[in-house]
Amino acid sequence: MRSISTSPSLLAAPAALFLIVFMLVPVGLMIYVSSLERGAFGGVAWGSHTGIAYEKLLFERDLTGQISFNSDYIAIILRSLRLAAITTAITLVLGIPTALYMASLPPRHAAFMLFLVTVPFWTNLLVRNFAWILILRNGGPLDSALAATGILTPPLDILYTPLATGIGLTYSFLPFMILPIYVALERIDKRLIEAAFDLGADRWRVLSRVVLPLAAPGIAAGAILVFVPCLGAYVSPELLGGGKSLMIGNLIQAQFGASRNWPFGAALALVLLLVLLLSLILVARIKRREQAAS
Amino acid sequence: MTDTIVAIAGVSKRFPGAAQSALDAVSLDIRRNEFFTLLGPSGCGKTTLLRLIAGFAMPDSGEISLDGNVLGQTPPNGRPINTVFQSYALFPHMSVAANIAFGLEMLGRPRETIKSRVAEMLRLVRLDGMGERRPAQLSGGQQQRVALARALAPAPKVLLLDEPLSALDLKLRREMQIELKRLQAETGITFVFVTHDQEEALAMSDRLAVMRDGAVMQVGTPDSLYDAPANLFVAEFIGEANFWPATCIEKSGASGRFSIGNGNDIVSVTEAQMVAVGEKATLVVRPERIAIGEPKPGMLHGKVETAVYRGSDLVVHAALAGGGSLRARLPGTTAADAVIGREAGFTFPADAARVFPA
Amino acid sequence: MNETRHPLRLPGTAIVAALAMLFLYVPIVVLAVLSFNASDLTTIWTGFSLQWYAKALGNETMLVAIGNSLMVAAAATGIATAAATSAALGIVRSGRRLRGVVEGLLGLPLLIPEIVTAVALLMLFVLAGIRLGLMSVVLAHTVFCIPFAYYPIRSRLAALDPALSEAASDLYAPAWRRFLRIELPLLAPGIFAGALLAFISSLGDFVITYFVAGPGATTLPVYIYGMIRTGITPEVNALSTLLLLTSVVIVAVVFRSGTTPANQTRGDQMS
Repeated sequence: MRSISTSPSLLAAPAALFLIVFMLVPVGLMIYVSSLERGAFGGVAWGSHTGIAYEKLLFERDLTGQISFNSDYIAIILRSLRLAAITTAITLVLGIPTALYMASLPPRHAAFMLFLVTVPFWTNLLVRNFAWILILRNGGPLDSALAATGILTPPLDILYTPLATGIGLTYSFLPFMILPIYVALERIDKRLIEAAFDLGADRWRVLSRVVLPLAAPGIAAGAILVFVPCLGAYVSPELLGGGKSLMIGNLIQAQFGASRNWPFGAALALVLLLVLLLSLILVARIKRREQAAS
Repeated sequence: MTDTIVAIAGVSKRFPGAAQSALDAVSLDIRRNEFFTLLGPSGCGKTTLLRLIAGFAMPDSGEISLDGNVLGQTPPNGRPINTVFQSYALFPHMSVAANIAFGLEMLGRPRETIKSRVAEMLRLVRLDGMGERRPAQLSGGQQQRVALARALAPAPKVLLLDEPLSALDLKLRREMQIELKRLQAETGITFVFVTHDQEEALAMSDRLAVMRDGAVMQVGTPDSLYDAPANLFVAEFIGEANFWPATCIEKSGASGRFSIGNGNDIVSVTEAQMVAVGEKATLVVRPERIAIGEPKPGMLHGKVETAVYRGSDLVVHAALAGGGSLRARLPGTTAADAVIGREAGFTFPADAARVFPA
Repeated sequence: MNETRHPLRLPGTAIVAALAMLFLYVPIVVLAVLSFNASDLTTIWTGFSLQWYAKALGNETMLVAIGNSLMVAAAATGIATAAATSAALGIVRSGRRLRGVVEGLLGLPLLIPEIVTAVALLMLFVLAGIRLGLMSVVLAHTVFCIPFAYYPIRSRLAALDPALSEAASDLYAPAWRRFLRIELPLLAPGIFAGALLAFISSLGDFVITYFVAGPGATTLPVYIYGMIRTGITPEVNALSTLLLLTSVVIVAVVFRSGTTPANQTRGDQMS
């Protein structure tokens, strides 16, 4: 017996099936591939099971099979983690006050600022990183502006450094930080804030004791939305970072391009997924603590 | 030809994940052309029952039949039953006229018929000339009328009304109560009305069912439920009453004598079938059946604590000498009869009291 | 009227907000301004000119790339919006558990880093023997277009009174007429916003396309990437500005329709 309120669930089947086939299955496949040996001509050797792809993260084998420690890949992973962490920190420092300011505006103005923050969010990533090539390159606007003020002498040589990558990442993902924090702040019952003032708290105490704790889930969401894609960034390091500041994303791409080492590429991608998983667990904890407290 | 239009036979419903059944083997007959009310506190299952009749949900077991035909799994669009929703559920993207025409259109009625029927309905609910407006341009009361017109337009065999007046303010509510009675009389359609407001239920219904925890407690006319509640719940839910703990000290046939409180006050009750001598019971007496006088044996003794003059009557609260309190509505009495602090005797006719086992 | 200051207005936040906006918009403005530069030395202003637009739009390969992009975006948007609408209708009133599972699944593409989705899909396509080309790009874009289309539709649906659908059934409408006459028109703004968001995310995608597009399936972003890699010409500025303009227009339209997540939040609180 089927009541009319449960049968429409089937309508969700096409979308769900599509994502199972083209999202879950590929990720499963990727995990499987990471446990295989690379094929002689690229691709993979089916049925071979080995931890070689993971071993490669830390060690290398020479032609005679001798294993020695190799820090190249670990260095790239650490650089990626460092850049992602720094970017997350900077976007937090910029994002929280910006979101606070937006939430304090009358609705009409807040909507306009929301629009301003949303536009870059929806603008082509490539285009936005390209804009920074123009600005940062030697002889570009930044160079000439700084030269004109006499603070620094050109050329600055920022482009194709990790600093340029960091700027590109911050630029790419700042809206991801502002939006969820703003939404969280907007949802706070304003009477709670008024109650805190009424009880004699000053602005900073209200902020640190009431507003920020209540917005914590939004802040955590923003941090994940910045940190995870930063870690897997491909475009910014590729266009702005130059050869010396490769990140995991570029390394993964190389395994599917020139290096033709799918198992290793899959293993690297899995590292990204694990970081994502850990971040999600962390945020779930923050949320649960929040709910338990309220 | 049977007089029953909706027959509900042993209907049960439990929602997935719910600990309790929303409806537990409910049986009920709703008669042709009556204004029938399902009354009960929130969560009693009245709205669930209404939704099962409409076909928005299906019973886990039991049967609902309309005019002798079992409805079974017939979807809502296959049932000649229409609903007035609590939220009105007017289609916001359609004009008032298009809303009213919707059901007729779906039934494939000819254009001309629809047009004249819509005009007729607008007249019926006194919204002539409003047909081209959007629902959002109407007041709450007007939206309510459109919802009624829309549900009545296809001339259903039964009209279901799910707390339709709950969103209106008191004055409008009173007006709409009268309006609904008028519409029911004019159209001759069976109305099944759901409410948690007992006053509303008493004022409007030909018959009503009082529900609690998924079960029907009593079915009857408003006066039979008021005067002869079948159990304590109905007595408590409908109208005001005094509830006194008592002990049966004597029986002769159906009638009996009861001691109230500490045992000094003895009263007679005509109908006391449910209790035997020596048993504990609860005595229920409506406040307006109580009279005040000089204290004498066979009366309840008490001391007047408050007396509020209300024009038509005087509402008196007294502390009973044997413990507990008493509330009386005394018509034709003035404040002089119930001076605060006065020791008085209270009486009621032996047939005014109901007795339930404690 | 001298209203009391908003409790969240803290000293210094306005300055940081202004800096953040400058940071977000200066590069965009620089890019747009330089696209009108007469000089081919991309960063030195010599005068106003539309020559780079003319040159960009006169480029055959680029027009093919634009054509590919539009074709892919239209197809992916169509499939994703239909699937997302159906899914939203299907699970809005289903049990909490089922809804949680399906919504978790639909949200995955937004959560998983692009590069991971890209290589996972590449491996799937290669191993399943699906030829890399426009077809594989459409499939890959549909994956991330579904969530973009889904959220505005779902929030629109959640704001609708479920009794409206019941009322339609109650008034004798069979399921398909109920959908066409009541649900579809009422959901239209959400579906429209969802489709637009799916469309621009498809149009703008680079990373996933870069991996799963074979030769001959070059989309505009992949084409631009190639141009940037081979040497920066003002043509890229012109193209980028056009892309930028498309985004601004589409986002503005979506905002006007009032179905952005943040607007939804405000609506919820008022009701």
